[in-house]
Amino acid sequence: MKWGVIRFPGSLDDFDAVYGLRDVLGQDVTALWHKDESLQGAECIVLPGGFSYGDHLRCGAIARFSPIMKSVAKFAADGGLVIGICNGFQILTEAHLLPGALTRNRTLSFICDRVHLRVENAKTPFTCTTRAGDILAMPIKHGEGCYVAPEKELLQMEERGQIVLRYVDAKGDATDAANPNGSMRSIAGVANERFNVFGLMPHPEHALEAMLFGADGRKIFESIIAFQSVPEHRGQMRAGAK
Amino acid sequence: MSSQPVSLAGEPKIDLAQAHAHGLTDDEFHLIEKLLGRTPTFTELGVFSVMWSEHCSYKSSRRHLKTLPSGGDLVAVGEGENAGAIDVGDGWLAVFKIESHNHPSYVEPYQGAATGVGGILRDIFTMGARPIANMDSLKFGSFDHPKTRFLLGGVVAGIGGYGNCVGVPTVAGETMFDAAYNGNILVNAFSLGLARKGELQSAHAKGVGNSVLYVGSATGRDGIHGASLLASAEFDATSEAKRPTVQVGDPFQEKLLIEACLEAAQTGAMVAMQDMGAAGLTSSSSEMAARGGLGIVIDLDKIPLREATLTPYEILLSESQERMLIVAERGREAELQKVFEKWDLHAVVIGTITDDSRWRATWRGEVVADIPVRALADQAPMYDRPVAAPKTPPARPAPIKSHPAPARVLRELLGNPNVGSKKWIYRQYDSLVLSNTMLGPGSDAAVLRIKGSKRGLAMTVDSNPRACALDPYLGAVATVCEAVRNVACAGARPAGITNCLNYGNPERPEIMWQFTRGIAALRDASLAFKAPVISGNVSFYNETEGRAIPPTPTIAVVGILDDVSKRVTQHFKTPGDYILMVRTAKPSLAASEYEAMYGSSPEGLTPIDLARENALVEGLLGAIGEGLIRSAHDVAEGGLGVALAEACFNPDKILGALIDGLSTSDAAELFGEGPSTIVISAHEKDVVRLGSFFQQNGIECRTIGRVTENPSLSVGGASIDDDVNELNRIYESALPGRL
Repeated sequence: MKWGVIRFPGSLDDFDAVYGLRDVLGQDVTALWHKDESLQGAECIVLPGGFSYGDHLRCGAIARFSPIMKSVAKFAADGGLVIGICNGFQILTEAHLLPGALTRNRTLSFICDRVHLRVENAKTPFTCTTRAGDILAMPIKHGEGCYVAPEKELLQMEERGQIVLRYVDAKGDATDAANPNGSMRSIAGVANERFNVFGLMPHPEHALEAMLFGADGRKIFESIIAFQSVPEHRGQMRAGAK
Repeated sequence: MSSQPVSLAGEPKIDLAQAHAHGLTDDEFHLIEKLLGRTPTFTELGVFSVMWSEHCSYKSSRRHLKTLPSGGDLVAVGEGENAGAIDVGDGWLAVFKIESHNHPSYVEPYQGAATGVGGILRDIFTMGARPIANMDSLKFGSFDHPKTRFLLGGVVAGIGGYGNCVGVPTVAGETMFDAAYNGNILVNAFSLGLARKGELQSAHAKGVGNSVLYVGSATGRDGIHGASLLASAEFDATSEAKRPTVQVGDPFQEKLLIEACLEAAQTGAMVAMQDMGAAGLTSSSSEMAARGGLGIVIDLDKIPLREATLTPYEILLSESQERMLIVAERGREAELQKVFEKWDLHAVVIGTITDDSRWRATWRGEVVADIPVRALADQAPMYDRPVAAPKTPPARPAPIKSHPAPARVLRELLGNPNVGSKKWIYRQYDSLVLSNTMLGPGSDAAVLRIKGSKRGLAMTVDSNPRACALDPYLGAVATVCEAVRNVACAGARPAGITNCLNYGNPERPEIMWQFTRGIAALRDASLAFKAPVISGNVSFYNETEGRAIPPTPTIAVVGILDDVSKRVTQHFKTPGDYILMVRTAKPSLAASEYEAMYGSSPEGLTPIDLARENALVEGLLGAIGEGLIRSAHDVAEGGLGVALAEACFNPDKILGALIDGLSTSDAAELFGEGPSTIVISAHEKDVVRLGSFFQQNGIECRTIGRVTENPSLSVGGASIDDDVNELNRIYESALPGRL
């Protein structure tokens, strides 16, 4: 499957996403430059982690105006698969491709740590090889990962199943102690209403190899691959990206 | 041809008083006049003052540093460049260095620490290597000192704020709190990069007529005289007023610079590259020209400025961050400029390489400085400062009245911020980016894989100022031994050393004595372990109002694992495994955390036999190579008792230990520090063979207990019998509990 990883100035985990997809998962990956407009035929677009534009103004606030983001918005509107990780999630909320916003961690400090995540909706293209209630271990590393949205919108998101991942403890309970950044309703990852755009603060691309962190992150990418391998799903998009 | 440079309107008269204000001595001023054959202009005086500062010229340390072993089979670059490099195998070179940023971090902790990280990163990628790992060694004052929390918070946020944003993981470090650093904290930053063999960049200017390119951020007024007045002088009550000499960092610009410089190096149009660090444009241009035996002329009107009103003096002395100087092949400038344009960075031709061996700067059509290159870069005075041992013996804590019960001591040690977990600090650092970190912070050494190779790197940074205060030679030897042992515990063979030598005012003979003893120790230990010193940095003048810090040579060691999958961690793995103690000598309570907490004993530091230390390391590597070792943990702060508890704190599953082979009546056995002790666990069937690796060289290796499923640490019957979960809680809350 063809993947495009966007490189913004200040992207950091773009190397990890490219390495993980290409060298660990054997995928066809192209690094896309933010000043270009072509998505080069990618079937899934990855917005990687990092500090695009040095987090100046607000995390993701400047990157959303990069020329390539117009193409990403059109691709998403056409049903194309888009995943934003960490800073990529922040860019997607700034671009209004995902609901809500990511604000400063409640500790007011950067946090690099191992977290447990519970799959809340296993019927999305990003989680279809998991089961609801599965616990995944992944790292987080961010200073602005506290997810917020208006209460009314959160309720609707819950009803529609847009809340895809929650921070939980090792037993699977969404306790306050297991919520690293103070996110509302312990939200770690959300999808849009159409379920073709997904953002999460934890880093699945850093959880692909047992010799490093562990391999639970594979589930996310394997879900995307499995989803995309179904011909009807591919047909939902207009012949991929231009 | 030398022309008389112009003086500018409003510039002060140049005389001895003005030279003193620039930190120059009478003799130094007269030498400048002799080298020039005239009185320098104000601009030239400023240029000399930074280039001849202790920080830039190493005038007090150079003759001693020359005695350090810097060569060896694995050494690719041992001296003469911005950092050293060792051959890792499989076509990879590891480029690394450690550097201090002590005074700026005390005056402005966030920016001081941040720009320390930025500076050391530039030393690495200026060599054409991609930085892949950072480490830090931090020394703060006592927790009871009113500034400590402020400084700790600022320094940690600064290191994280910069390192996290440039995408280089912080993989290891050390932190200590001691009243001796109340008025002068230490922030030593290490960086390591990887380069393909044959792709290293040089900082030697070549090719008369080649262009000089300025790339990166614009030049502002920040950091002027950072190297001379801030870094090369003692602290006093006015030091806070030197805050404007601290540079301000922008890690986003640095990240762009890293990518652009590494991409530009691939064009082949780059002849040489050097970062503008201390003394900025002046040092980078004159040092590159001096290394190539050439001259250089710079047009200051071409320099990108933040304010149009900067004077030549300010432009030349600015230490604005995230700037690089590149020598480009003539006619190929545009190839490089295209790369920098892609990354939205300045890349301006500002000068030319000349054959007249002079360093010249022009401004508004006139020459404002014209100095022989060698006078700046090579002819700074080299001092052989007087050396004298102090007349009074070093201070020790008050004598201990009675030894507290071991069970209480263990809990109190684990709850001491010097011993307890540093997670509060390293949780604020990205330790994972670039996907190489196999063992991160909180281990004896960090272990990184090298993608596409079976090989890996282990690295650690250590210091032992309390032992150095008692004996600056023995303490420094102990520091190297500890660092070497830490990488060996991970299964890596020590391959190279970099050092940051933090001392007081070298104009005082007893400080120079401490320094020369430290150098001798470093030389002896480096030879014993066949680990050359390939780079380093000296930081003098670490004193406040006449009180010097304890001698603090900070040692970072990098080791190579031939097969990174064989790495060993410090935690016990399997209940039933045997626990063994390997050691070269009985430890002592002198200079231990125990002594600092409860009072001193009559004994002194245990002498160190470097041949035995090396035998221990060889035994360890041999046994790990044969897969006989399940876990290995170096005994450090808090002694064996603490090491045993730490080995039980396995993050996957907390385990226990039943220790019946130790005397608990002797506090030194359980809590002494000093020469090498290692705690190993191994399967029962491997114990005899494992022991032979050490015993054949006369190194003590004996079974002291077993790993247990039951999470309880029991030593010598009832002497210590504690719940490991509770000990772990105390250990984890040691630092946050004090904040």
